[in-house]
Amino acid sequence: MPTGQTLAAVVVLKGEASRWPAFAAAFLGVFLIFGVGFAGPSVIHNAAHDARHIHAFPCH
Amino acid sequence: MFRRIFFAAVLGGLVAGGIASAVQAVRAVPLILQAEVFEEAAGKAKPHDHAASATHDHDEDAWAPADGWERTGYTLLFNLLAGIGFGLLISAGLALSGEGGWKTGLAWGVCGYLSFVVAPALGLPPELPGTEAAPLVSRQLWWTATAAATAAGLALILIRRGAIGIVLGLALLALPHLVGAPHPAEQGGAAPPGLVREFIIAALVSGLVFWLALGASTGAIYRRLAAA
Repeated sequence: MPTGQTLAAVVVLKGEASRWPAFAAAFLGVFLIFGVGFAGPSVIHNAAHDARHIHAFPCH
Repeated sequence: MFRRIFFAAVLGGLVAGGIASAVQAVRAVPLILQAEVFEEAAGKAKPHDHAASATHDHDEDAWAPADGWERTGYTLLFNLLAGIGFGLLISAGLALSGEGGWKTGLAWGVCGYLSFVVAPALGLPPELPGTEAAPLVSRQLWWTATAAATAAGLALILIRRGAIGIVLGLALLALPHLVGAPHPAEQGGAAPPGLVREFIIAALVSGLVFWLALGASTGAIYRRLAAA
């Protein structure tokens, strides 16, 4: 039987932990966006060219 | 939880990227192809300008998709990837706020459009190939900082609220435009101004459709996927 204090600690920990999936997803999203919009290699630039122009990423 | 966020973003991104690709095929992509004709003509007429331009650091011999289905396919692919990437930001926001549904998603989509399209476009309008522009890295920095400041400003105003939130939020919205976007010493480009204007409208419309579809579909799918 947890005391009030340990119960509060468990609740706080769970609340903190439940945010990590969202942070991980957002990080993955930023990684993808930078890959699509800014990745430097000419091959990626050429393949993504039209999509970059239309999404208003700075291109060239 | 991660699976729910992830799959809502993937499915929403596929829907929005597919719809946006269809919209782009009508107006924006044909305008890019037209502009490339002008760009090529200008490049042939003034080879020195092209070589001296700091904006052209790309390897001319590098592989590029062939015009036609191959090029269209890669544009579709990168629209889908952009949809999944931006969709992950929306579904992460939905998870943090604990809300879902197409209406909430649509509101996130509108904020995404303001942050990633409208605010950057105020300083750096969507560009046709062959337009004179400031060095690429400075524009990428301004674009990223503007999108981040606008998103943070909107979050302060809409989520944190209160007098302090609104004042700080408005300051963040204004800041990138007070600093100003990097511009080239010489304005202009190969494409005629009419074409440039048409492309800006086509890109802004395509962006609006993309973000509304992305927000609504990611929100609806996020609600339907049971919490894992």
